[in-house]
Amino acid sequence: MKKVRVGTIWLDGCSGCHMSFLDMDERLVELSQYMDVVYSPYVDAKEIPSDIDLFIVEGALSTDHDIKIIKEIRKNSKLILALGDCAVTGNISAMKNLFGTEAVLEKGYFDLADINKGEYPSEVVPTLLDKVIPLNEAIDVDYFVPGCPTPADAIYEVIKAIIENREIKISDYTRFGK
Amino acid sequence: MEKKKIVISPVTRIEGHAKITIDLNEQGGVDDARIHVTQYRGFEKMCEGRPYTEMPALTARTCGICPVSHVISSTKACDNLLAVRPPKAARNLRRIINLAQIIQSHALNFYHLSSPDFVYGFDAAPEDRNIFKLMQTNPDMAKDGINLRAFGQKIIEELGGKRIHPTWIVPGGVSHPITTEQKEKILAQIPQAMEIAQKTLKYFVSNLHRFQKEIDNFASFPSLFMGLVNKKGNLEHYDGFLRFIDSEGNVLEDGVDPIFYKDYIGEAVEKDSYLKSPYYKPLGYERGMYRVGPLARLNVANGCGTPMADKEFERFKNLNDGKPVLNSFYYHYARIIEIIYGIERIEELLKEPETLSDNIRSHASINRDKGVGCSEAPRGTLFHDYEVTNDGIITGVNLIIATGNNNLAMNAGVKQVAQAFVDGNNITDGALNRVEAVIRCFDPCLSCSTHATGIVTSRIEVRDHNKQIVDVIHRS
Repeated sequence: MKKVRVGTIWLDGCSGCHMSFLDMDERLVELSQYMDVVYSPYVDAKEIPSDIDLFIVEGALSTDHDIKIIKEIRKNSKLILALGDCAVTGNISAMKNLFGTEAVLEKGYFDLADINKGEYPSEVVPTLLDKVIPLNEAIDVDYFVPGCPTPADAIYEVIKAIIENREIKISDYTRFGK
Repeated sequence: MEKKKIVISPVTRIEGHAKITIDLNEQGGVDDARIHVTQYRGFEKMCEGRPYTEMPALTARTCGICPVSHVISSTKACDNLLAVRPPKAARNLRRIINLAQIIQSHALNFYHLSSPDFVYGFDAAPEDRNIFKLMQTNPDMAKDGINLRAFGQKIIEELGGKRIHPTWIVPGGVSHPITTEQKEKILAQIPQAMEIAQKTLKYFVSNLHRFQKEIDNFASFPSLFMGLVNKKGNLEHYDGFLRFIDSEGNVLEDGVDPIFYKDYIGEAVEKDSYLKSPYYKPLGYERGMYRVGPLARLNVANGCGTPMADKEFERFKNLNDGKPVLNSFYYHYARIIEIIYGIERIEELLKEPETLSDNIRSHASINRDKGVGCSEAPRGTLFHDYEVTNDGIITGVNLIIATGNNNLAMNAGVKQVAQAFVDGNNITDGALNRVEAVIRCFDPCLSCSTHATGIVTSRIEVRDHNKQIVDVIHRS
């Protein structure tokens, strides 16, 4: 059987869903017989490969660069899985929206700075969007798997089901806020 | 040859994403190199208006790797707002869960992220340098890494209800006591964890001779060090006082109550990074560069205070004849010693009869309008500083995140390793991997410190000083 080519990325999230991925523990060894992780923070690939079967995305979209990369991921992937509440709804990452980008920047780089007060980061770094958005506001998403973070059992079951091409009831394994 | 710039993006096998730029001069030598953290999460603003009771759960979400550290510092800040001291059992249980998290996080850095560099070498093919490859070629070692990390994660789950973002640690203490069955269950795991930890130590020490050039050049320079120590001056991760030392080991400040952190630590903004640069205020910006985390903690402490860790601590101290160890490569060494310490301490704490007491929470309402909580996270000293109304609504938040403390040193380290290994006339993947590997030594948690994402490309763009691309090199 041909191995499933998998990519993973975290955007504006806390990496908790990626840690949950590792919390599959020895089941990771089992899954690695059926999947190749070809792009991920855990491997040294620097660009999105062109023929991904399944891309697992953690986090919401909050910079111009996030938008660019999620579109590239969509173009290069057969299936996209939004992993965790930030990717699905914006969740905590989108709480910034209550105040607006300006106010959030002012707090960090003016109010709470001692040197170079008000010199907002603007060189080399990407620009923050006016509004943090979940994945499906920018691209089509194939699977939504909620949780904060998504529990390891749910990640395992959903990946296994995708590999075996069968349906599962995701609410048996996770829910929003779990 | 004209001036050029190399961009490495994203930096991989670190917790978070960042970008490194290397400026080359006309001769192809390295003029400067910098790390840029490229996203900003804004917790300090978005927590305003929330009730203080939400803060532990909210701030846990700054980081999925060390949520327990945030919950610990956050609840300690809340204890401070309530003006209570949690009962002894609660303090012991908080210590246990905090150490469990330090163990899992250190295991993650060593095995899942850094071990491919040790096993295959820094010049190995990029597609081989990962934990999935290790599962194929060295399955026992990979399983050891998985099991050591799982040891910590399972304790967190046992006590806190879930492995990531547990809600059991609350203002005033913890929400329920530990049962005898839970205690026995954790104790039963200790021999295997210690066996793996000792194996890890043996592997690392016996391979050190292969990495002499990396040891000499991976952020190896004088700096100040900061960390918490206990009353005896020993290693401390939960309570205690701040100690600052210089690179010769002279104590600059000792016994500092963390609530006065602002008298000692300032924060500078740099235009090319969302990560601010804290510095030791008495020496001013940049001169006040200090390091935190495992290496710093062992440098500032008089000892560990547990038998097996102290045995190795002595060898660690001998690396620089009793003076502070300045080579950041030894962060890896310090992490292994802390894993051993953590396992020993968890066993000691579990065996204290008071740990099983039902008296686990102090109740009060708001008694102060300001509260500071501080603890040692896996990557260094973490501060949560809150202001509230009389009703307990948050009006101000300042967070100094463990990784942020190391920002100046990480930049100096990137520059040093680039100057030692990168040749602008012959740029190799192995050299660039080493520039990334110096960052792995510090084990930065960028999702915490602001959270970052990089521009994803395996292409290295070489630009002239007008930022025009003059050459493109493929990494693999």
